[in-house]
Amino acid sequence: MIRVELSKMLRRPRTWVIILGLNLLPTVVAVLLAVTDLGPQPGEGPAFLSAVLTDGTLFPLAALAMVLPLFMPVAVAVVAGDAVAGEAQAGTLRYLLTRPVGRARLLVAKLVSVIAFVLLAVVVVAVVGYVVGRLLLGGGDASALVTGISGSSLTSTQLVERTLLAVVYVTLSMLGVAALALLLSTFTDSPLGAALGALAFLIASTLLLTLDAAQSLQPYLPTRYWLSFVDLFRDPILWRDIVRGVLLQGVYVVVFLGAAWANFSTKDITS
Amino acid sequence: MSAVRTRALTKRYGAVLAVDGIDLDVREGDVYGFLGANGSGKTTTVRMLLGLVLATSGDIEVLGSPMPRSAGAVLPRVGTLVEGPASYGHLTGRANLRLFDSMGPATSPGSRRRRKQRVDDVLERVGLGVAGDRRVRGYSLGMRQRLGLAGALLREPELLVLDEPTNGLDPQGIHEMRRLLLELNAQGTTILLSSHLLAEVEQMCTRVGVLDRGRLVVQDDLRVLQAPTGLSFVVTPDVERAGALLDGRVVRRDGRRLVVREPDTAALTRSLVAGDVRVQEVGPERRGLEQVVLEATADPSNVGVSR
Repeated sequence: MIRVELSKMLRRPRTWVIILGLNLLPTVVAVLLAVTDLGPQPGEGPAFLSAVLTDGTLFPLAALAMVLPLFMPVAVAVVAGDAVAGEAQAGTLRYLLTRPVGRARLLVAKLVSVIAFVLLAVVVVAVVGYVVGRLLLGGGDASALVTGISGSSLTSTQLVERTLLAVVYVTLSMLGVAALALLLSTFTDSPLGAALGALAFLIASTLLLTLDAAQSLQPYLPTRYWLSFVDLFRDPILWRDIVRGVLLQGVYVVVFLGAAWANFSTKDITS
Repeated sequence: MSAVRTRALTKRYGAVLAVDGIDLDVREGDVYGFLGANGSGKTTTVRMLLGLVLATSGDIEVLGSPMPRSAGAVLPRVGTLVEGPASYGHLTGRANLRLFDSMGPATSPGSRRRRKQRVDDVLERVGLGVAGDRRVRGYSLGMRQRLGLAGALLREPELLVLDEPTNGLDPQGIHEMRRLLLELNAQGTTILLSSHLLAEVEQMCTRVGVLDRGRLVVQDDLRVLQAPTGLSFVVTPDVERAGALLDGRVVRRDGRRLVVREPDTAALTRSLVAGDVRVQEVGPERRGLEQVVLEATADPSNVGVSR
């Protein structure tokens, strides 16, 4: 069933349209930077962006940092929110379940397909970012950035390794949203409702992060450690927030997926 | 053996009793017509048989095994078309069937290798041989209906559960669908056909169940339901003379058509002709399915019976 869901995801025109859309903003930014040569000051604007003017190989990271806070969650919420509700709305859910495909199996296959989508999207953004960065902003060595953060320089092998780690971390960061959208997707027959519900949760989380009074909640908010992948580029790597971020997403996945299973396995399918 | 059997099957949605203790009995080899007005609980019942909706109480047995507990073993032997067909619009009809075929447990070893052949066969069978390579998005309702039936036939099911299968088909399509279903039935497939079209059921089915506001009010062989009533009808231009001649035996009079209490049409014709009454038509009066259904589902409050 996992293979079936993956093939469904990959054959859907929507998947590719979303990925194309995700690449638009970073590409436009790269073009603007190349043309105007006006980068933000170090410490301002999206992470890594101040460094890319001197080294285009860092642009994949800047691109990820740009799409991560908003565009990526929107894409994930749309795809995951559609997972069950979309099948219900199209009427294909009843035919899936009478093949029969077990309900728990279907949920897991859907989650795997969403994760595969996120990974695909992140990798494409990173690769396009690399190509665009090298072409428009040129190469160089990464010492400018890394010196800026922790005072020593990274070799290019280290840079590649850590970029791959960042790709994995960003993918994992999206799991909480994906699981929540999937949970909502089992409650409603409207894919839009499920996607918007998940986004509302994220917006609330982002708002609470800026509120001092919500300090006691902040370590548990799903968006809290999203940008911690920057810590991968310190020397030595600052693992604390990264580990916390991964664990937190794991907890969200377990809770939301468990709730989704509890709801879906006993639900009357009337669509 | 029964293909489908339920005992006191009940489904309650909050305060609404959608299905009220019904005992369905579909025998192997039947073409069972499941009749009922919209909202009478037909679709809920069908969904319970397939494990989509969970019963509030009661037992279900499909092909000899309890549902929904044995869904994994039972459903691969059942083909379904529930409340209209559904498919992925951005794929072709053929791609939809291949995708559908790859879901769920495989029926037999090597079934994966024969997938292409199997999909081609069912497409041909429902008359979509050529249109199979077009995207479903461009299909008419009738074509989607055929594609849905093709999906139901993929595994050569022992039991077909079809909900309004002729919906959206033109008269030619209805005729082809009926022929296909009767052909399948002749090869041993049991068919449970839910419909609100009496004529369709009357033409195809061997057994009929009628659902009225969640209760199964009739369940019998169609032949029994339509058995002669002991009455005959006569159509004659000499209505007055016939009426006088048959004095007291005329049950109903409707223009030039008389309904007479007399099972023997031959004797009736002879006595009428002997009495100088011209006879245009004569025959045994049968109850139509419509009449059976109307009588069974008559609202008790309308005829002044209180319960």
